[in-house]
Amino acid sequence: MTATTHRIEIVNGSCEEFSCAAGLDVLRGMECLGRKGIPVGCRGGGCGICKVRVLEGTFRTGPMSRSCVNDVEQTQGYALACKLFPEGDLRLEVVGKMARCFAKPAGRFHLYGLQDAASQTKN
Amino acid sequence: MALTGVLRPGHVVLRVMDLDKAVHHYTEVLGLIEVARDEKGRVFLKAWDEADHHSVVLRKADEAGMDYMGWRVDSPATLERLAGELVNSGLTSDTSWIPAGEHLHTGKRFRFTIPTGHVMELYAHKDVSGCATGYLNPEPWPDGLKGMAPSRFDHCLLYGDDLDGTVKLFTEVLGFGLAEQVVAGPEKFQIAAFLSCSNKAHDIAFIRQPMKNKFHHASFVLDNWYEVLKAADIISKKKVSLDLGPTRHGITRGETIYFFDPSGNRNEVFTGGYIYYPDKPTVTWTDDQLGPAIFYHDRKLNEAFLSVVT
Repeated sequence: MTATTHRIEIVNGSCEEFSCAAGLDVLRGMECLGRKGIPVGCRGGGCGICKVRVLEGTFRTGPMSRSCVNDVEQTQGYALACKLFPEGDLRLEVVGKMARCFAKPAGRFHLYGLQDAASQTKN
Repeated sequence: MALTGVLRPGHVVLRVMDLDKAVHHYTEVLGLIEVARDEKGRVFLKAWDEADHHSVVLRKADEAGMDYMGWRVDSPATLERLAGELVNSGLTSDTSWIPAGEHLHTGKRFRFTIPTGHVMELYAHKDVSGCATGYLNPEPWPDGLKGMAPSRFDHCLLYGDDLDGTVKLFTEVLGFGLAEQVVAGPEKFQIAAFLSCSNKAHDIAFIRQPMKNKFHHASFVLDNWYEVLKAADIISKKKVSLDLGPTRHGITRGETIYFFDPSGNRNEVFTGGYIYYPDKPTVTWTDDQLGPAIFYHDRKLNEAFLSVVT
């Protein structure tokens, strides 16, 4: 008997494709294989760095911080990859991204680290 | 006594999305001791060498992050004085008194919001439950410790926008010293501040970034470098989400490892550092040396370390 795996296709960025073992979340599945494409943050559903939108496929999710994925977004397929468990092959779009360590907005330096996950999906 | 005013960070209240998993993490992995639960379902914990009733509180919520931090002051008179001075400073908002007993075994607390958006509290009393080794001819550590077993809660690092206002509040109103800072550009614009109310290199630290009220980590102290390495073993053994380390910080000289609780709140265990005195010159790091300032060994900035907050 062979272990079930699901094909995860990322449609933007580096357009990675990898096989995720059943039972693993998409982020862990990616990390296990040394693959990239989805930015890795806390892996606990709290920080929002690994936010994706599932375009096709069935899945379930674990607890995700409401400050990262709100009720409406969740019905639209948004999820955090660290809490996204595929139940079939998935096509998904990466939404979250790691901010630059340093930025100089408006001519003033600060450590710029934060992704406002909510603001990325306003459009 | 020589150490007066604000004595120490006395508690941190963290939001968690799965209470059972969080309690397992904070007791079995980190190695705090659960001391009580209240009728609101909050879980109270302490580290083994802390005398006071609790230092960490977990609250179930639908998002991760920090509710507030509490600071122990030396007396009820200091509590009243500082509460008045905080109001008059113009640097606080949403001030209120929280009645005694709202936290188990804790006196009344003065709550206020600081310019970076974080909620802080001062209090003058918490019942003493003590260290299991006792205080008469004690053994060096108690039996039955689990996980990493830090001896106490040490500090938090927080992210927020109005760093200037928050630093002014902590130094000019609450009497903290600026142990270390990071400055950027030719104008030496302050982007990080490490503040001490004690002999520790920091009791709280802040980093400037655009959003209010973000939580970077809560930190707990270990005895030595080997315990930090052993913490790394525990992180792998228990399949905990590792952030990075073991390594050393240039800033504060701490030997450290970072990891995440099951809701994505970052924890640190560390050892080392130095003794801070109020007359010690402030250590300054410049932005072009930020790599070794943060991670002394590989001398490189790490995006996840700087970007991931709750």
